[in-house]
Amino acid sequence: MLRGSGERDLPIGWRDDVMSSELKDVRLSVIDERIKNVKNVIAVSSGKGGVGKSLVASALSLTLARRGYRVGLFDLDLTSPSTHIILDVGKSRPIEDRGIVPPRIHGISYMSITYYSEDKPTPLRGVDFSNALIELMAITRWGDLDFLIVDMPPGISDATLDIIRLIKRSKFLIVTTPSKLAFETVKKLIKLLSDLRVEIIGIVENMKIKESDFIKSNADKLGVKYLGGIEFDEGLEDALGDVEKFSKTEFFREVWRMAGELLRALASGAQ
Amino acid sequence: MHEWALAEALISTVTKVLKSERLGKILEIGVGIGELQDIDLEIFKFALMQLRPDYLKDAEFKFKIVKTRLRCRVCGHEWSPRKDELDEGVREAIHFIPEISHAYLRCPRCGSIDFDIIEGRGVWLEYVKGKR
Ligand SMILES: Nc1ncnc2c1ncn2[C@@H]1O[C@H](COP(=O)(O)OP(=O)(O)OP(=O)(O)O)[C@@H](O)[C@H]1O
Ligand SMILES: [Mg+2]
Ligand SMILES: [Zn+2]
Repeated sequence: MLRGSGERDLPIGWRDDVMSSELKDVRLSVIDERIKNVKNVIAVSSGKGGVGKSLVASALSLTLARRGYRVGLFDLDLTSPSTHIILDVGKSRPIEDRGIVPPRIHGISYMSITYYSEDKPTPLRGVDFSNALIELMAITRWGDLDFLIVDMPPGISDATLDIIRLIKRSKFLIVTTPSKLAFETVKKLIKLLSDLRVEIIGIVENMKIKESDFIKSNADKLGVKYLGGIEFDEGLEDALGDVEKFSKTEFFREVWRMAGELLRALASGAQ
Repeated sequence: MHEWALAEALISTVTKVLKSERLGKILEIGVGIGELQDIDLEIFKFALMQLRPDYLKDAEFKFKIVKTRLRCRVCGHEWSPRKDELDEGVREAIHFIPEISHAYLRCPRCGSIDFDIIEGRGVWLEYVKGKR
């Protein structure tokens, strides 16, 4: 029918061996579809572990939801998830409807692997990690959101590379502590993201115990926006799992302020 | 159902092939289905029929079920888990995310949880036959 030649009307075989892996894996082509009505994807990341990513991601999701935005929180720390504890997601479950629809917790659409792994250890090597991540992204229907906040695992390996590869428009929010040890790793993440032309929306300095402008001056040097410092907060531990208490902490107030700054930055024309 | 999400994914992949290969008509679509994910083939087929666009109306779907093969990284043992050994909740969790099997399955020979999924996860496109 097209282009004449009789030969072309013969059925052509389009076999496994000539198929690019991207097409072969049916899940990849549906990921964009699943987040097409999500305006901003923000990955809360660090490179360094234990710096407060999960707390910042949780507080940021709550503050944005309370400011009236439609927010999703996706816990991508598949082997050591923690946002379900911080937010106390209780007995909530995703709903099955042509995929899975995240439940709403404290006004946030929430998704975590713990709905399936429960409290069992789930050790995942690289390929398995990627597969689990792709599966979750391919089946979760986020619907209309202003923000999808992603709580990233520590490290600059599978999760970071996968999120950059699979959600090309993700923006990164970086968390560090005042320590030069944390910042050493954070610097590498910033370099990696800049090389890959991924947008960094700012850096948060967490667990400050004394005045120092080490992080701010280095962030300035690297051309990354310094969003502010959060002091070490002794009352924080007691607030984990109690959202009302959590919202009254100094930590939360500081994230609330930073969210305001982020919103202004995002509004003033995609930087 | 999860089968619907996978059917949607399959159709959007076939549509990409249609465009990239400039096919005018698709005759046959080969689909691989890993046993580990425990797909309900009837629901999956039904979803495909409901979701397929006009240009796939005459296409025939051919399914190939692939048995699960796991290999222990500690002792090298290869095995296929038996469905009836797992309880309903676990099967459902693995149905959604096959890698969840790492939380529930162990090597039957040495008890290790460190194994590779060699074959039998997920749903994939094996081939597409069509006319230009
Ligand atoms: N400003 C703070 N004041 C006091 N404690 C804090 C502060 N920020 C974080 N913490 C505590 O530090 C610990 C690590 O925080 P969190 O789990 O959010 O870090 P993370 O970067 O997500 O860790 P991981 O790399 O393991 O994912 C938690 O126990 C948390 O309560
Ligand atoms: Mg964390
Ligand atoms: Zn073994």
